[in-house]
Amino acid sequence: MKTLMLGNEAAARGLYEAGCAFVSSYPGTPSTEITETIAKYPEVYAEWAPNEKVAMESAFGACLAGKRSFCGMKHVGLNVAADPLFTISYTGVNAGMVIAVADDAGMHSSQNEQDSRHYARAAKMPMLEPADSGEALEMAKLAYEISEQFDTAVLLKMCTRIAHSQSVVEPGERITPPEKPYEKNGAKYIMMPGNAKRRHPVVEERTKALIAYAETSPLNRVEEGRDKSIGIITSSTSYQYVKEALGDTYPVLKLGMIWPMPEKKILDFAASVEKLVVVEELDGFIENHCKELGLQAEGKNLFSCIDELNQNIVAEKLGKAPDVGVKLDDAIPARPPVMCAGCPHRGLFYTLSKLKLTVLGDIGCYTLGAVAPLAAIDTTICMGASVSGLHGFNKASGGEMEGKTVAVIGDSTFMHSGVTGLINIAYNESNSTVIILDNSITGMTGHQQNPTTGYNLKGDPCTKIDLESLCRSVGIRRVRVVDPYNLKECEEAVKEELAAAEPSVIISRRPCALLKYVKHKAPLTANPDKCVGCKSCMRIGCPAISIVDGKARIDNTLCVGCGVCQQLCKFDALEALQA
Amino acid sequence: METKNIMIVGVGGQGTLLASKLLGRLLLDKGYDVKVSEVHGMSQRGGSVVTYVRFGDKVYSPIIDKGEADFIVSFELLEAARWTEYLKKGGKIVTNTQQMNPMPVITGAAAYPQELAEKMAAAGMDVDAFDALALAQEAGSSKAVNIVLMGRLSRYFDISEEEWHAAIAKSVPEKFLEMNQKAFTLGRQA
Repeated sequence: MKTLMLGNEAAARGLYEAGCAFVSSYPGTPSTEITETIAKYPEVYAEWAPNEKVAMESAFGACLAGKRSFCGMKHVGLNVAADPLFTISYTGVNAGMVIAVADDAGMHSSQNEQDSRHYARAAKMPMLEPADSGEALEMAKLAYEISEQFDTAVLLKMCTRIAHSQSVVEPGERITPPEKPYEKNGAKYIMMPGNAKRRHPVVEERTKALIAYAETSPLNRVEEGRDKSIGIITSSTSYQYVKEALGDTYPVLKLGMIWPMPEKKILDFAASVEKLVVVEELDGFIENHCKELGLQAEGKNLFSCIDELNQNIVAEKLGKAPDVGVKLDDAIPARPPVMCAGCPHRGLFYTLSKLKLTVLGDIGCYTLGAVAPLAAIDTTICMGASVSGLHGFNKASGGEMEGKTVAVIGDSTFMHSGVTGLINIAYNESNSTVIILDNSITGMTGHQQNPTTGYNLKGDPCTKIDLESLCRSVGIRRVRVVDPYNLKECEEAVKEELAAAEPSVIISRRPCALLKYVKHKAPLTANPDKCVGCKSCMRIGCPAISIVDGKARIDNTLCVGCGVCQQLCKFDALEALQA
Repeated sequence: METKNIMIVGVGGQGTLLASKLLGRLLLDKGYDVKVSEVHGMSQRGGSVVTYVRFGDKVYSPIIDKGEADFIVSFELLEAARWTEYLKKGGKIVTNTQQMNPMPVITGAAAYPQELAEKMAAAGMDVDAFDALALAQEAGSSKAVNIVLMGRLSRYFDISEEEWHAAIAKSVPEKFLEMNQKAFTLGRQA
């Protein structure tokens, strides 16, 4: 039966139908729903790993044991897992293994817009790239066949517009893949130099075999066009923009296998048209390959390597300026994302802002602590960089800055790669103060469990990693917990730990205000008789509070009664709303 | 049939995703090719959000570009004004008149523009502006703004009320069904 599915849901369905039995992933927008969806099938073992490297190595172990396995991640997650990726390319697989990586051109929810196609080429691993949900389902299934036929893990490359667009799919039945019992094979799986030297030529031969496969595979298809003055090579969501803007005007070579590319097919296509134009988002990956094949190709001279493409850009560059709508004369204020009303991070960030500290930040909802009026973050680089960055900062700056600099990192991010930085602080003895913002969930990606929450991906109770014990066990003697709704407690803790002459960890603990089990107090209201319009309550940047006619007004559809603003009001003007 | 385009815009957390899912389900059941493009991740945290619903015989692009929207359904007035360039000539804006101050307005760095519905109409746009929040509260929950707006939008579609109700039943939890049905009816009749 036809149904609508997100690209990510369809990919999960394809994995399921192919008999995937083991999944280990780390959440990251826009990849998360692949793993969340497949976890709902009881036949599939699925877990959140602490990070992408662990996930990929676990999935490799599972394929070695004979089960079709999967791991999924966002583009920057593949950087974390790059180490196993490059060597798994040498060992190959036993049962099939599929790795999904989701790029985020336009940076809807990311810190960079790297083009993950380069990894396929660099690691010499095949990569499939669907252009809608139907293709995501089919390619996820096919990826296992390619994986087992060519003895390689296969990359399935998603992007925001494919991952998070619903389109029509027709689900099929789950198959039972052939048995692949583990057999010891040191020459294939022990990558010490002597063996690895013999595996590298195998990888190069495999790429040649994959090119031959790509030449005839229906993954790469030519769609006829009326006008052969231009021939377009494209893939993924760019293919959809080309078809939307130009219909069947020009011939199109649509690549579903983005690495390795079908060389003869590209050369033949180029010979059939007067001019070759490559339409692709981010880098000129296909274009550069065409040029290596000796072809004249246009691409990045027309289409920027920055941000997403769309149908209007394609139409404009290939001859037809689109009609756009009317723009109002008024300046429309931007609406950036903000920390939610009742967010437990707010009280802690208010404290850091008030004390004018230098704050090395990390990846998660709390990156929004950088936004005015709190403006309490100095850096955001990558997962875990706050803790290790703080160590280097303090070592380099010496005593003067130590007392004014902290790192902030979420619970899930700390487990991902913050703990290794903390070990470095303990081992190499920098006088650093690390604040773990423990909201008891992986927040930004939409509430995934993690090793500190006591629940696994399937929702079952499991071992809960105790943050206090973990920090103490790696050598941090000063570990304390504060409630971020209590501003006085937060300020005392931060001041004392910064003053202490040894490393310390402050755990700012309160669950995310959006969690269903969190009980909220009655919303607050501003008493106009008491409010003098001093705007003290505005310093915390709560979206529920605004100034109307010179006095505070609280939006009771947003307020959850956290009480942080009350602690700033000298006139007791913010009162609980009576039911 | 030529592809039709509905943009659903609002503030992260207002329930735009449910509205786009409801429309997707309804239009698929009507036999159209459908694409629905959503926004996940950071912008859901109170930022400006947009989802695209496209339907027709064959839909290619998952997104709606400037000058293409047949309908802009807005959950908040400023958000309607933000996306007017996306409206097709002859397209329609259906908007809630509720105003939610973005952070630059809250901090005083910017002002919330006045009389936006009137200005959009004066610029030649076909604007249907009404207080969807009040109707949602009348139905029983401020969270039902999304279904109130779907009720209003339904007036411009040649799809029976029964079909809309069937799609709602498939899209919302059963314990909220009655409230949402009331919200739909209030929006449709308003």
